[in-house]
Amino acid sequence: MNYNWNWHIFFEPNPTGAGTYLDLLVSGLWLTIKTALLAWVIALIFGTIVGILRSLPSKAASWVGFCYVEFFRNMPLLVQLFLWFFVLPELLPRAAGLWLKQLPNAPFWTAAIGVGLFMSARVAVQLAAGIASLPRGQKQAATALGLTTAQGYRYVLLPMAFRIIMPPLTSEFLNTVKNTSVAITIGLIELTGQARAMQEFSFQVFEAFTAATVMYLAINIIVVTGMRFLERSLAIPGYITGK
Amino acid sequence: MIEISHVNKWYGPSFQVLKDCTTSVAKGEVVVVCGPSGSGKSTLIKCVNALEPFQEGQIILDGIKVNDPKTDLPKLRARVGMVFQHFELFPHLRIIENLCLAQEKVLGRSHDEAVAKGDKLLERVGMKAHANKYPAELSGGQQQRVAIARALAMDPIAMLFDEPTSALDPEMISEVLDVMVDLAHEGMTMMVVTHEMGFASKVANRVIFMDKGEIVEDAQKTDFFGSPRSERAQKFLSKILSH
Repeated sequence: MNYNWNWHIFFEPNPTGAGTYLDLLVSGLWLTIKTALLAWVIALIFGTIVGILRSLPSKAASWVGFCYVEFFRNMPLLVQLFLWFFVLPELLPRAAGLWLKQLPNAPFWTAAIGVGLFMSARVAVQLAAGIASLPRGQKQAATALGLTTAQGYRYVLLPMAFRIIMPPLTSEFLNTVKNTSVAITIGLIELTGQARAMQEFSFQVFEAFTAATVMYLAINIIVVTGMRFLERSLAIPGYITGK
Repeated sequence: MIEISHVNKWYGPSFQVLKDCTTSVAKGEVVVVCGPSGSGKSTLIKCVNALEPFQEGQIILDGIKVNDPKTDLPKLRARVGMVFQHFELFPHLRIIENLCLAQEKVLGRSHDEAVAKGDKLLERVGMKAHANKYPAELSGGQQQRVAIARALAMDPIAMLFDEPTSALDPEMISEVLDVMVDLAHEGMTMMVVTHEMGFASKVANRVIFMDKGEIVEDAQKTDFFGSPRSERAQKFLSKILSH
């Protein structure tokens, strides 16, 4: 292989005229972090609502939850992003579609919302499983004390269910970070996008993607460490899952 | 206090768990419900505070119809204490917090007020030293005593016990029964599902014997232990009293 390694490339000025190639990658890194965090917040909020719906005794509620989950988890993420970005504006009335297309930062918002909704289906399934894993008597005890259904969820069921699903939730958080890279296809120049741009400008493909890999790894190590810390601080003395 | 009349309940279209159950518990009365497993005694007691719905008949609790859609069930349930076979303390809350939760969220007591009340009741069941522990750090008997204190913290007009000692080691049974006997002597209205015939003969006013969803025998304590009228009750008693 006739490849010209050049690890100094990161400190050479990039052709956009603003800083070095490293600056290019770091700006992509920030965009990845911003997109992932917003997507994760959306995933948690919608996942919690839908997870609760799926665990309610009401047939209508669990049917709504079922449809939501199956819609978002059975379509490839790439297709979903295309749907939101290219198809949705065409389906809306002309004025609304036009407004949507002209929104500033459209790829960012589409990616965050699209990845967030995709991940929310997974969070919902896990939360519903976490709630289902609690002894039936917990809900009965809350009800018998006079707590309403909402209070029972808020003070009794959810605090335990979230503790139980903390390890798989960590994985979903990591997946959220990694899935933001799909947004390159709708023009979001995040970390993967910047690595590709660097490759195209400098032809140093291996350096560019090595750096991107290290950066993804770094984000995810921080996520794992943070979640482990959270898990520990929420552990219940004497309880089986706690230490 | 508790009027149960002609209650019928089915699981699914064909399995009838309760068959035309009629009985009552007067103010200050202690009624023990016994019978073989699967006889519907737990189901019956859970119908009293509407943890289990039933299809026919009616239950009136302190003048309020339980199976009336207009009844504010959380409010009604808050006035009846319930103790479960598996304690059902909330594992993520400290003992004192377990006692305070419903006092604050349902009765609207201030935190200080709730803690004061909780402390008093923990003292009464001999658990004050454990107020800041978590449920998983206590033995079964201790957890059940806390569960009784939690129910009492709501100032209930009646207490329902669903096999409160069935999940306990023999040596822990007496510490729980002691608390229940004290409660009975103080004039608490109690409906107790239990196999503890010693407890029944000591404090019960009446004993109800159930089999296959029916109330087979509903007699004064002395009559029940002296000469039960039904053959099934005689058989049941001879089996559990022979050892």
